[in-house]
Amino acid sequence: MSDTFIEIQNVKTHFPVERGIILRRRVGTVRAVDGVTLSLKRGETLGLVGESGCGKTTLGRTVLQLIPPTEGAVILAGRNLTQLRGEELRAARADFQMIFQDPYASLNPRMTIFDALAEAIRCHKRVPKRELPGRVSALMDKVGLSPRFLKKYPHEFSGGQRQRIAVARALAVEPKLIIADEPVSALDVSIQAQIINLLAGLSREMHLTMVFISHDLSVVRHISDRIAVMYLGKIVEIGPAMRVFERPLHPYTKALVSAVPIPDPAREKQRQRVILTGDPPSPINPPSGCPFHPRCPYAVADCARIVPQLENFDADQQASCIRMREINPA
Amino acid sequence: MPLLTVNNLRAYFHTRNGVVRAVDDVSFEIEKGDMLGIVGESGSGKSVTCYSLMGLVPQPPGRIESGSAVFDGKTDLLKCSTNDLNQIRGKHMAMVFQDPMTSLNPYMRIEDQLIEPLLIHGVCGRAEAVKRGLHALEEVGVPDAAKRIRSYPHEFSGGMRQRVMIAMALITKPELLIADEPTTAVDVTVQAQILELIKKMQNELGMAVIWVTHDLGVVAGFCRRVLVMYAGRILESAPTEDLFYRTKHPYTRALQRSIPSLQPKGAELYTIAGAPPDLSKRIEGCPFAPRCEFAQERCGQPPIELKTVEPGHATACVRMQSSEISI
Amino acid sequence: MQETFTAQTQNAAPLSEAEAGTSLWRDAWHRLKKNKMAVASAVILAALSLASVLAPWIAPYSYEEQNLALRAVPPQSGHWLGTDALGRDQLTRLLYGGRVSLMVGIVATGVALLIGVTYGATSGFFGGKVDMAMMRIVDIIYALPFTIFVILLMVFFGRDIRLLFVAIGAVEWLTMARIVRGQVQSLKKQEFIEAARALGLRRRRIIFLHMIPNVLGPIIVYATLTVPAVMLLEAFLSFLGLGVQPPMSSWGLMIKDGADRMEECPWLLIAPGVTLAVTLFCLNFLGDGLRDALDVRASKD
Repeated sequence: MSDTFIEIQNVKTHFPVERGIILRRRVGTVRAVDGVTLSLKRGETLGLVGESGCGKTTLGRTVLQLIPPTEGAVILAGRNLTQLRGEELRAARADFQMIFQDPYASLNPRMTIFDALAEAIRCHKRVPKRELPGRVSALMDKVGLSPRFLKKYPHEFSGGQRQRIAVARALAVEPKLIIADEPVSALDVSIQAQIINLLAGLSREMHLTMVFISHDLSVVRHISDRIAVMYLGKIVEIGPAMRVFERPLHPYTKALVSAVPIPDPAREKQRQRVILTGDPPSPINPPSGCPFHPRCPYAVADCARIVPQLENFDADQQASCIRMREINPA
Repeated sequence: MPLLTVNNLRAYFHTRNGVVRAVDDVSFEIEKGDMLGIVGESGSGKSVTCYSLMGLVPQPPGRIESGSAVFDGKTDLLKCSTNDLNQIRGKHMAMVFQDPMTSLNPYMRIEDQLIEPLLIHGVCGRAEAVKRGLHALEEVGVPDAAKRIRSYPHEFSGGMRQRVMIAMALITKPELLIADEPTTAVDVTVQAQILELIKKMQNELGMAVIWVTHDLGVVAGFCRRVLVMYAGRILESAPTEDLFYRTKHPYTRALQRSIPSLQPKGAELYTIAGAPPDLSKRIEGCPFAPRCEFAQERCGQPPIELKTVEPGHATACVRMQSSEISI
Repeated sequence: MQETFTAQTQNAAPLSEAEAGTSLWRDAWHRLKKNKMAVASAVILAALSLASVLAPWIAPYSYEEQNLALRAVPPQSGHWLGTDALGRDQLTRLLYGGRVSLMVGIVATGVALLIGVTYGATSGFFGGKVDMAMMRIVDIIYALPFTIFVILLMVFFGRDIRLLFVAIGAVEWLTMARIVRGQVQSLKKQEFIEAARALGLRRRRIIFLHMIPNVLGPIIVYATLTVPAVMLLEAFLSFLGLGVQPPMSSWGLMIKDGADRMEECPWLLIAPGVTLAVTLFCLNFLGDGLRDALDVRASKD
């Protein structure tokens, strides 16, 4: 019996690059997401990390059908979301929600939060007006905000509070899946802790399945059960959070982990840093073979020819590198 | 003799909603070749401190209310004439800013912007400046420098632009480099590259660096001494190892406890109750007291000053100063 | 888990206990009130409008009444602003003229607003080829010379004052459409619109409750600044003889008459000239004040 809750099957999201004023010609393609296959169990938190241009944000929006995938399928609790259209899709949105990065921009500045939350509650259900104040207060309670603030407008709150309101709004429709797209990146360090605690607590309490997208490896390691590392539209490594952090298999993951600053001077002094050369490549002209080979310190001639696939290293961890076993002696 | 001595710097902003005390009595020193980190969250005053030193605070609405910043024992940056300041800025003291996308002039070629500091300060003629510019670009690791030097900023990525900025700042071989969150807006692998670069240049040129950041991790690996700022004041000043392992201020401790990388996985992170204070209202006593787990009545009474409690290690916590508590 | 949610609605916290918030509109109103120039302008405009509206009751004479004995006399008792060549009282004509000029200003702006907002919002919302086509049409119309267009209208449809409204409105909507389109386009990219989509809100709700309230600000400002432009246009047309016809008066027409006789009867030019200038100044100051007050960035932390 599989308790796979959501399956992402070979999803590709490509954007055409067009030139021309009246007649537009297609001159290239941005392969933002280039063949991602993942599955999550109910209640699991998956951390999705990568740097700018890796496609993690696009993947998040594709799964939520905010951007239509070019290829592939997203199956949530047995239902193929990519085949839903119009009213069916709109109604299905109650099952999956997103928390956005910028707490200042993700709330309508001209609506009180009572109205914003009430709107979310009534979006997919008929709820009698008199029940609304109670429900909205309950939501605010859940995210740790006092109902005193119901009639206030977004600009009267701090960044951390706005992010809580965004979380409340996402929870209002009673979703089963939440995709959090860099939910703490725009917040101060001490406020990040509050939101991380909140999300971790809620996900446990409500048995939510969550995808936590971030460029901050330490935050992701803290909250996720598993971590998937993306590079240029593909997943290059996936495994249990601590394992990926402590024993990264893929050369890119090694570089990423070694680049994360550790707030511990003694450890910082003695660590071996893998410093990459050059910039992350552009998704319009990906390199041949393995997308990472031009910057990889372990690259050999074959790396430019062969496109690696995700392979099992052991029961839990996978990486897409043809030299995986050579560079990671057991 | 210290390269820069800042005493009682106060920079206030006179706005419609009141006087915002962005920097409120900040004093510190930096020696030649030293690497000082200034750590704080948003609103702590760390950026305004740097801008004050460089004379970049818009006046109005800002104003340097008091204080001195003596550079190289000779010039007070806060009181000297604009001419004198211009002799120092860009030549002996340089700054790298946070956002690489907007720090370069989009209408000028990289080459022209890069050699501008040399030409303005009359260091050398144009031909020589171009040679040095090319060398500087190669030094910071821009590939294919000879061809790319004639490009425009929009043809470079964020990381490359930040390198150009660093090249520009270092081309006159300044004695002091002020870096205001230069890696906050770039990817973590690019940040690692830039940190290595600055370390290398610092070694070669023997210059002092003030690195402003909110990231304790960066400070741990890069700086020799650290200042922790909050609400416009310095709460703690210590050598890096002392700050991390033997901190003497509750705020620093609270910050450390709220960072995920220092906590066991999945553990509930410590959260600092409350919110940073409103800088437009006068703060009596310690600015962190309302949120501090050790706060007592006398924490709300002035004066709250930075006092040395161990060699090189100063704290503004009155209870730590009198050894009433230990963290 | 889902059940506990519903159970919690039992303890409904009364909404009345919640602290009132200050909406951005109220913030803007406060800022506007503090702007002395804007407030003074608004007061003057209100006075002028009131005077014009009450013209039939407060004007000492009728606007057609000619007193041939007192032709072209300078200001004196009985005729505070003097009379024109046909003995008509200037003060009366000024008051009635105000009705025409202000009405043209407001109605034509209203027409431009209606057409422009709808057109621009549609174009901005749909984007893509639809947007491109719609904007090219705007570009083409922009290229047509306005004066010739008005003359053609007048030639074909005769000199009806209502045509004046149509002609001016038909031209002013272009810029309004461009502005609204720009606002809607940038709004589309805002995360709260994406969030609304992600929630599953219906399209109509998104447009009316999320998009339009957020574009109202610039629209209000631009509309306030369109009124003086329109009034000036009307004055220009009347000056050319294409606008309002005597015995009706508008400030533009009065200025024309005054300009013709500038040397002998300067009072004929001064009164309408100053009034029009003051009105335009006030509208501009008010528009500026509104723009400063409604600038959302000023209210963010």
